[in-house]
Order: sequence, then C-alpha cells, then structure tokens
Amino acid sequence: MTTTKREKSLIVIQLTGGNDYLNTIVPYGDGRYYDSRSTVNIPQEKVIPIDNQVGFNPSMGPIKTLWDEGHVAIINGIGYENPNRSHFRSMDIWHTAEPDAIGREGWLGRTIRDLDPQGDNVLTGINFGRGLPRAMACPGVSVTSVGDLATYGLFPDIEDEDLRMFTLEAFSKMYGGAAGRDPVMDLLSRTGQDSIHGADILRTAPAMYSSSVEYAPNALAQNVKSISQVFHADLGARILYTAHGLFDTHSGELPTHAKLLDDVAGAVGCLMDDLKEHGREDDAAILIFSEFGRRIKDNGSGSDHGSGGVAFLIGGAVEGGMYGEYPSLAEAQQLEGDLRSNNDFRSTYTGILEDWLGLDPVPIVNGQFEKMSLFQS
Amino acid sequence: MTSNDTALMAHLLRRAGFGANRDELERYLGMGYDDAVETLLNPSDPANIPDDLIRRYHVEQSELRDLPGSAAYWMYRMISTTCPSEEKIALFWHGLFATGYTKLNQARALLDQVDMFRRSGLGSFEVLLLELSRDPAMMLWLDNNENHRDSMNENFGRELLELFSMGIGNYTEDDVKACARAFTGWTLGNAEYMAVRAFKDSIWPYGRIAWHFEYREDDHDDGEKTFLGETGNFNGEEIIAIIVKQESTARFLATRLFQFFGADEVTEAGEKVIDEMMATYFSSGYQIRDMLRTLFHSGFFKSDEARFARVKGPVEMVVGAIRMSGNYQTPFLGIENVSRTMLYMGQGLLQPPTVEGWHEGVEWIDSGALVERVNFAAKELSNVSSPGVRSIIERLAASSEDGVLAPSDLADGCLDLLGPIQVSEETRSILVDYASRHGDLDLNGHQPGDEAEQQVGNMLRLVAATKEYQLA
Repeated sequence: MTTTKREKSLIVIQLTGGNDYLNTIVPYGDGRYYDSRSTVNIPQEKVIPIDNQVGFNPSMGPIKTLWDEGHVAIINGIGYENPNRSHFRSMDIWHTAEPDAIGREGWLGRTIRDLDPQGDNVLTGINFGRGLPRAMACPGVSVTSVGDLATYGLFPDIEDEDLRMFTLEAFSKMYGGAAGRDPVMDLLSRTGQDSIHGADILRTAPAMYSSSVEYAPNALAQNVKSISQVFHADLGARILYTAHGLFDTHSGELPTHAKLLDDVAGAVGCLMDDLKEHGREDDAAILIFSEFGRRIKDNGSGSDHGSGGVAFLIGGAVEGGMYGEYPSLAEAQQLEGDLRSNNDFRSTYTGILEDWLGLDPVPIVNGQFEKMSLFQS
Repeated sequence: MTSNDTALMAHLLRRAGFGANRDELERYLGMGYDDAVETLLNPSDPANIPDDLIRRYHVEQSELRDLPGSAAYWMYRMISTTCPSEEKIALFWHGLFATGYTKLNQARALLDQVDMFRRSGLGSFEVLLLELSRDPAMMLWLDNNENHRDSMNENFGRELLELFSMGIGNYTEDDVKACARAFTGWTLGNAEYMAVRAFKDSIWPYGRIAWHFEYREDDHDDGEKTFLGETGNFNGEEIIAIIVKQESTARFLATRLFQFFGADEVTEAGEKVIDEMMATYFSSGYQIRDMLRTLFHSGFFKSDEARFARVKGPVEMVVGAIRMSGNYQTPFLGIENVSRTMLYMGQGLLQPPTVEGWHEGVEWIDSGALVERVNFAAKELSNVSSPGVRSIIERLAASSEDGVLAPSDLADGCLDLLGPIQVSEETRSILVDYASRHGDLDLNGHQPGDEAEQQVGNMLRLVAATKEYQLA
C-alpha cells in the first residue's frame, strides 16, 4: 500500500470500574503512601522506578519500556471538579464531557460526526465489544460494534456455512428492494445493506494483516488484536474503542489489579510492537482512562471509590513525559480522603482533538479548556 | 388464510402487550375484541415467575443491588406475566418519566417506581403526577431534595411542565419558578444522607436502604404564587390540579399515548384520534384507561394504516421474541446476558440515557442495533427445542391433511404463526424461494431436532430477519 498521507487514528482503552491510581503510578518515595496503604501497597523494592518519587506498578513492564523510548505521556491528577464517585455517573461524565447535566451526545460520537460529516464510512468509529459506549453514541452517527471480529455479522449462530451463505443471500435480497415507497422500509433497507457491507469489509481485515506479534489470549489483548487488524487494513477507521475490567477492586485488590494491569500493559506493548513492525507507530495514539481513581486509605483488602486519577497517552508521535502534577498525599490537600484532581479531563480531550485529529474541540467538549499539549511538535 | 379478526387481535396484542403466541391469541379471540380490550385495560392478578424462585437462584436479584440484576428481574416479569399489558403500560411511563440508575445507585427505588406505574399507570393522570412528585427515585433524579424554601432548585419543577405534562411553549419562566416553589419541602426521608450515599455510590454500612417520601413543612415555601394565571398559596397538589386542567396537557398526553400505542408518525387521521383522546381525557376526569379505550376502538387503530406502523423498541423486540419462543420461564443463570441484549440494541431497562427517555421510532434503527435485533430474534426463534417453536411445528404439521407442506405453505404458515405478520409480495416470494431449497416439507413422523424440524427453524429464522418483523 502506498498511500501518501495517512490519517491519524485514536485508539481508546477504557479501564472500567475505577483504576487505582496510587497502585498504578506508585508514589513509593512518599512515606504517607505506605501509612495510608498499610495493606494494599506495592512494596518499594517491587516498584519499577521512574524517578526517586514515583514508579510503575511491577505489572507494567511493557509500558515502562515504551516510557523509556519516550512514547508515553502520563497524565497525573486528571479528573473534574466536584467529582462523582458513582461508576455510572462518573463514566457518563467522561463519556459526554458534561459534568453538570445529563448529556445526550458522546464526545467521540461528535468526533466521528466531525470526521465524517456525511457518514460516508460506516467504519469511521468502531467499538470492539458489544453495544455502544456512551462516548460513541450520538444521534445520527453510525458506529459499528464488533463483538468478535471472527464471527462479526449476521447469523453468527448458523454453523453450517452453506446454510449461512444461503440465509445471508436471502437477507440481502430482502433488504435490497427498490427505494421510494415507504420511508421506514427504505431506512431498514439501507441499514440492512450497511450492516452487510460493513461486515463484508470487516471480514477482509484479518486476511489483509500479517504480523509476528502474538497477543495474549485474554479478552483485552484479543480485542486489541482486532483493533490492530482493522487499523492496518486501512479501512478508514479513525476512532477504535474497547474496554477492559473490572477495576472495581474493593477487595482482594493486589492480585486482581496486578492481573488487570498485566493485561493492559501486555496488550499495549503488543500493539506498539505491531505498529512498529508495520511502520505505523506515528499514525495511532492510544488513550487509556478510567472513570475515577480510588480512596487514599485502603480498606484492609482493597480500596473504595475515589476521585483524582491517571490517564495515559501512548504512541510514536506522543511527547513522552509527566503531565499534570502528582496530587499531594498531605491530609490538608486531600479531597474527602481522595487525591484531588488538578487538571480537567477535557483539557486532554482538547489536546487530542485539536493536535491529533485536527478538529475544533470546543463544541465537542462543551467549552473552552486549556489545552494539554501531548504531541511532539 | 388469516381472518381479519385474527390479524386485528394480533395487532392489539402487539400494542397493548408484547405480541402473542397462537395459544394466547386464540384465548383473546375467544373473548371477542371488545372484551379483549377491557381485559387488557384492566389487568388484574398477574401470575409470573415467583419471587421466591428467582431469589433462590439469583443472589443479585434478591438484593436488587446492582443494575444488571435489577434489569433482568424486570425482564423476567415481562416475559412470564399473564398480564403483559400491565408491563407495557409500565414501560410506557418508564420511557416518559425516564428515571435512571446512574445518579441514584438505587435499583430498588427504581423498581418501586415501576410498581407505582403498574398501580397507577392506567388511572387518573392527576393521581399519577402526584405519585410521581412523591416518588423518591424521581426526587433524587431531578434534585428536588435540593429544592428548599430558601434556595430553590428548579430541575423537577421545570421538567414536570416541559417533559411530563404540558410541553415547552405553554408556560413562562415565571410559571417554572412558581411550580418549583410549590414543590419545596417535597423530598425523601433522610434525604441528605441518601444523596451523599448515592453520590458516593456507597452500600456501606447498611447495604441499600429503602427510600420513602417525606414532606418537610418547615422547608416549604408557603408564600403566594401565580401559576398559569391563577394565584394562591399553592402547594404541589394545587399546582398539579392546575396542570391537568390545561389543554396542552391533554394534547401532550394523548400524543404520547398515540405514538406509543398507535403509530410512530402522527398523520392527519392520527390527529383526529388524538382529538378524540383529548375529549375523553376531559370527559372521564383525566383517566388514562379511557383514553386508551378511545384509541383501541378508533377506526384508525383498526385500519390498515395503523398496522405495523411502529418500529419495535428493543424491549419489545427481546420480550416479544422470548414470549414467542417460550424460553426462560424458570430461572436461568445467564439471564443477565439475555436482558443485556436490549442494551446492545439501544434500550437498557432502568437506564434511559437522559430524563428525556429514549428517542423512539426510526431512531431505534442503526446498523449496529439492526445486527443485534436480527441476530437475537433469529436465534431465539430458530431453536426447535424451544417450547414455543415446538408448538409452531405441531401446528404446522396439523395444518396440512397429509402432513406435507409446499414451500409456500411453510412460508405462509410461519408468517401466520409468528404474527400474523403482513409482508410485501417481494418479501414473501424471497421467503418462498428460501423454503424451496429442500422442496416440499414432510413433517410426518417428525422427531425433535430432526432435519424436517430444522427446516421449520430455518424458515422461522428468516421470517424473524425480515424488515417487517422489525415493526409492531
């Protein structure tokens, strides 16, 4: 393929359930961390140091490697004012960029609309996982949801391949009738055709892709592999989304969290290797976020819902480094026992929209926010 | 071929319920149309999967602590109830007075609200609005717990006028303020504590606590208010009494009922029915049941124009297909994955996207949702071991004297027994072609799951995948 100028894509990995910031980027140089986290802590000697104050969770080796290469932006203390500790509501806020009212349109739904105003490509936005995250929902915007790339499409339960093809042909005829008599029937026909069309294109992706990278068998790594296949197939996918969880570690946190971070770091490491192998590491940026961080004090086995959190932006074009400030653990600086956020998540969205996707961020994030500049100039 | 009586009854049951299998349809046909309407409008003594049985298998549905379990709990009721109209009415109000789990973190309070819709959803609109204004889930959802004598919060007062009764353009900003003032002091017991717990999504230390309405006289603004041209020291009750007198309220309610039970699009003929429903609204003293009776007896409702004039909502799609297949009538451990398919199609029970509810009609259809809809219904109805599908096979076998069905008999028979569903000539000929793949179907001596039965399953799958099946 010899496309001269490739468009940039954004890959989003949502950590569902509230990722524990303190045990992800560990403030191991601060005694107050060990005072508050008497049980649920990462011992100093296990932390992968970034400097003499903070370091990565030991499960995040592959991300540390990318950090050393200068490809990782760590966005510290990210959140919003008056944080909500409800999973659903806080995730809604991140999805709709609307903390004060209940918003209808997802920020990525709006992004997809602005990237593809005529809706020419049903694959501009793709979610890997069933259903649609609210971040991608926007009236009038078509987003494809892929539960499983291998069986994506209609009638996945028909095992007999001949029967499946025969049934698909009949479906195609039923939804292919001439337009014009009834607007609802026309819409159904068009949508049915779109579904077949989208599935036909997507099915070609795995065949167009070859790679020496081997993704782990866990659900996230497999979804990220699908993302890689679709991305490398050059189908015009600009926003590719998936979620992993559950990060809601109220109990038994240490082993659970270690496994989850291992999944994330492993999948991201593989994806970056894959992108490099194809010479595409400058064409994709990976945003990793969660709806909130967790309480500073542990509860003896896990940690409860908190506020200020951490996000990551990873990619060949990303200007690696520390962004925002690590919130203070001093009691006077805490917010009801939580880390206090010091930068609004919409600043990060603004930076991505303007600098990476070349869009006007203001209408997408519902206002003017100081831009977080996260990319190499 | 199908008589118009059968087609009309099936139409009524798709609208007032979730569609009917042939046994259920025949029971209603035995009553005749008028009695069927009365039965549907007076749901009584429903039987459904008993709670003790559900609780024995589903811890999360016993506690009703989280969203997926609570949504599945309501779905169990919808798929097993002997009074589907009761659930359909509750679903209508759930969409109109849309209250969501997000922000509340209290599924039990939401299910209490749904119970209130079952109890009061067909009675007087005045009583219903009063109950809504005292509903703890609604109080917290629209911040009326923050609506104090000294610091007003207009959220509930505004939506009561804009989204729940009159509609925008029929009142002024001053009316909104007067309305909000009248509802100061209407809150829930221990509101401050409950609000903090909801905000922090905490179940500690006592688990979920039931919520109840509380009126705080000392927090109520008893001053004089002018609302829609009337002046007095109004409290919430008087405000609602004024709201329900308005013609705009009658039009709003009649239109919403028409669009949910009659047709997505309001045509000229539809306008006339809405006018009749408005007249009933006033003559009956705001009775919702009477408005629906007017609709169901109207010439429009019985005409071809109203048939298949609605896009099935995801809940109707899932519940309808399951009631037809007869599955999940006893506890099934994967039930949350079944109810979650509604969410994948765009309508999660107990989680409307906003206070506006769902945008219905053609907005249900996008390519992702269509794939989910087709795949779900096709799979549900093609499984020949499902009780409902077995019953369809028996009826098909009995429909032919020699037990042999020509391709057109198979296609027509499936269309009839899944509805009757009315399809275009093109769709029908594609179905018949499909059935011709194996020539005539011999159901003599058919055995569960054999080749002959599978052919019926394949036919049902394709019928469930038609454009027409997307409509109600």
